[in-house]
Amino acid sequence: MKGHDCIRFLTLAVSMASMTGLAHADTIRVLNWQGYGTDEDWSLEKFEAATGNTVEHEYFNSEQEMLTKLRTNPGTYDVVLINSAYTQQAAEEGLIQPLDLTDFPHSEGLQARLAHNPNLQYDGKLYGIAWLWGVTSFAINTGAFDEKPDSLMELWNPAHAGRLGWRDDAVESCQFAALATGQDINDPSDYDVIRERLHALKPQIRTFWNSENEWNQYMSSGEFDLATYWSGSAARSKQNFGLPIEFVVPREGAIAWLDGLSIPTDAPHPEAAKQFIDWMIDPEFYVQWDTEVGAPISANEKAVEQLPEGAFNKQLIAQLKEVKSLPFMGPMSDETREKMLEVWQETKTFYQE
Amino acid sequence: MAVSDTTTAPMNHRRPSNARSILALTGPAYLWLVVTVLLPLAAMFYFSFLSDVPLAARDWHATLANYAAFFQQDFYRTLMWRSLRLGFEVALWCFVIGFPCAYVLAKTIKGRWREALFLMVIIPFWSNALIRVFSWTMVLRGNGILERFLDWLIPGFGSLDLMFTYAAVVIGLVHSYLPYMILTCYISLSTIDDDLIDAARSMGASRLTVLRRIILPLSMPGIVAGAVLIFVPVIGSFMEPRILGGREGTFLGTVIEDQFTAVFNWPLGAALSFILLACVMIIFAIFQPILRRAS
Repeated sequence: MKGHDCIRFLTLAVSMASMTGLAHADTIRVLNWQGYGTDEDWSLEKFEAATGNTVEHEYFNSEQEMLTKLRTNPGTYDVVLINSAYTQQAAEEGLIQPLDLTDFPHSEGLQARLAHNPNLQYDGKLYGIAWLWGVTSFAINTGAFDEKPDSLMELWNPAHAGRLGWRDDAVESCQFAALATGQDINDPSDYDVIRERLHALKPQIRTFWNSENEWNQYMSSGEFDLATYWSGSAARSKQNFGLPIEFVVPREGAIAWLDGLSIPTDAPHPEAAKQFIDWMIDPEFYVQWDTEVGAPISANEKAVEQLPEGAFNKQLIAQLKEVKSLPFMGPMSDETREKMLEVWQETKTFYQE
Repeated sequence: MAVSDTTTAPMNHRRPSNARSILALTGPAYLWLVVTVLLPLAAMFYFSFLSDVPLAARDWHATLANYAAFFQQDFYRTLMWRSLRLGFEVALWCFVIGFPCAYVLAKTIKGRWREALFLMVIIPFWSNALIRVFSWTMVLRGNGILERFLDWLIPGFGSLDLMFTYAAVVIGLVHSYLPYMILTCYISLSTIDDDLIDAARSMGASRLTVLRRIILPLSMPGIVAGAVLIFVPVIGSFMEPRILGGREGTFLGTVIEDQFTAVFNWPLGAALSFILLACVMIIFAIFQPILRRAS
């Protein structure tokens, strides 16, 4: 039985290698959030059939955990997803290697301002391939609004007292307040104004949410009229869970974020890793992922164009062209992060009084 | 003489084997405690004096800044008071509800009914705490089970709006910790001799006097044990406040949890935990005379 299996495996491997013309097949190891595109089974099967490479996954639950894993396991991972706010830090610590866009055939479709985003570069070199982006703003329960609002100030509208859902996150909270007061979201200059804006939310907030799942539960049980949310999650809540919501892109702007794919410094299979990253930015993968599962916006313009008419992300990208400013979440000093946490904790304590 | 020789000899022999059996019987338990309680606690105590989590590629040095932060920021003290108040209120409500229940179980009901009622007290213990809290969200939320029931009972009752309030946190925690109070009170109440109560009644003491002069003092050890068992975990609780308290659910426990899970600042989280522990110890030291007299 064993020998039989062995022969079968060999025949399979040889036929696959001859089919694709590869000398040998690699197993690459990807570090990402769970359920974030790279680990879709249907795509990995196709990828294996096309290149002979198999893909294994390891997951992280926070950016800090991702960085720690890169630091403590050199030579383990081939591809890692890094939010562009952390790419420079990873490059500075020597955790990831510089990349050349010409190694990625599908990169020609990437939006220029994303592909060459300063947050993905360090010391004049590119360290991440722009993959997905989206915005953080808020979504409304369509049953509670006659007309879709178009201003961020709707969050502070007394008409929704006690009906607002807010994510319990220090950085995001301060960034919302910074955006509302026209400050740099990555390094606000006036924390007193931010504190005042956040304190003013006291009568508004119904409760805090922490995960997409929680958000869906609160929204479906009617706890919220409106709640801060991520664009990619709004697409899923609307399409997959059938919640009566609309994602709002305020005229003042929204907090944008960009996720890139990088290759760690001592990646054991850099060539297969490049093939996989190119596979990920391929419009074919994205269109199927977004239509069947729901995804953030692809950094590849061609991929977004190929989405069916009326697709959430296609509409969103059109709306995003209209807004006043679209600041990207960028690298942040430890001092800024700690200051934001302090302001947020102080604000939450104020909510108790 | 010969007799005493024969009696002392085996006793001398038994002594070392006695010590060995004590060691053999208690050793594993103490070893378990050292490994599972003292070592992690010691590691956390060490962390609380560091500037950053001691991992590779991170700069860290010894510092007192984490402890200083508690005294520099007013809001930590506000949250500490809130947590202590929550612990006190939950323990009080557990007593108010649990003591009569324990009294009925110990003195009024006998036989199979007692077993059945006991089972009902203990059953919540068998379910996961998270499930209990989520059940409460279904009961307390607007137009939830409780509001519909009240509306059915008194038409036009209106809305209570209990969900995401301080009261919701207290309700959830009282439900979680009530069995401790009932069990400890039951044990001390069942040791009170019924004849004492009968004697007092026959000498003309009113029911209230019996309760005040005999039952409450004699059951004090159980009440105190129950209150301590409830007070300590409640002031550090974070799951119930987070789910039931909403905007009003920020306590020292939730802030400590944030330090560990959201911002990866273990040293500050550890320092806040030890400050909380110190507060508990100070409170127990102040109430030591009362506690000792009670038990």
